[in-house]
Amino acid sequence: MMRFILPLVIFLVLAGFLYVGLGLDPHEVPSPLIDKPAPAFNLPQLHNTAKNFTPEEMKGKVWLLNVWSSWCVSCKEEHPVLLSLSQQNIVPVYGLDYKDKKEDAEAWLRQAGDPYILSAMDRDGRIGIDYGVYGVPETYVIDKQGIIRYKQIGPVTNQNLNEKILPMVAELQRK
Amino acid sequence: MRKLLILLFCLLPAFSYAGEAKDLAANPVLEKRMIGLAERLRCLVCQNESLASSHAELAEDLRQEVREMMLKGKSDQEIIDYLVARYGDFVLYDPPMKSYTVLLWFGPFAMLLLGAGVLVLQVRKRRRTVQEVVLTPEAQQRAASLLNEEGNK
Repeated sequence: MMRFILPLVIFLVLAGFLYVGLGLDPHEVPSPLIDKPAPAFNLPQLHNTAKNFTPEEMKGKVWLLNVWSSWCVSCKEEHPVLLSLSQQNIVPVYGLDYKDKKEDAEAWLRQAGDPYILSAMDRDGRIGIDYGVYGVPETYVIDKQGIIRYKQIGPVTNQNLNEKILPMVAELQRK
Repeated sequence: MRKLLILLFCLLPAFSYAGEAKDLAANPVLEKRMIGLAERLRCLVCQNESLASSHAELAEDLRQEVREMMLKGKSDQEIIDYLVARYGDFVLYDPPMKSYTVLLWFGPFAMLLLGAGVLVLQVRKRRRTVQEVVLTPEAQQRAASLLNEEGNK
């Protein structure tokens, strides 16, 4: 009896590992910045370069920082989701325009609509490096104390918005 | 006059040299150190390439960042810590020993021990089932003659 059960158990364990492995995305590298303070920056605003934006201003509010770019293809995929989110007034969405040209970025937002309260311009990508950005789009949920609570790697979809991001935002807002 | 001109010509390389080494990539010592470090780091965009060999834009930016940190006199460890703080242990090709990497470090040895254990058990079990038969002298003789007969054919 044992000689049948043992190989079966080994097979099942192996199959289990492989099945879980199939569902993992190797491109989703867990961020070490979760539960750490959002790195500070002070960058000119896209629509008003005379003024700067710094995350300091957002203390006391739960907010989303969406890293985007006019050259980024997946950003176009998440754009309608962000637009509808911004119309619902649940959570303020700020943009970090990553390694972009001002004209290109403005042209894209004019054409597709602007979901952001404002966007900060990270021209050389330095701030992106501080946030551990390695593939645009990425979205950070930042709490009232300025701590990063969640990072969405890749586009925001209705699914991850409703399953992860919005419940998290609601919970952080209650605190 | 002519001698002076020749002397000037000889000095030309020295003059031309003075203007160099501004471009960071043109500093071969630094470049070598940077590449040496970057070979031990993983590019996050094309995950099976090192930071040294990747052509991804982010890898280029990070190499530049590493160069500048080196110029500021940071040690290799400080630069590694800087990158790990932003991108996690994932950037290291040599994963550190931590609670969640124990399986990674010792898993193969555990499997080896397990396999060795199973092998020893199996061999012992077989030894018990296959008993050695001691032949009587007559039987041995018969066996020998049978074998010879076979050989003569």
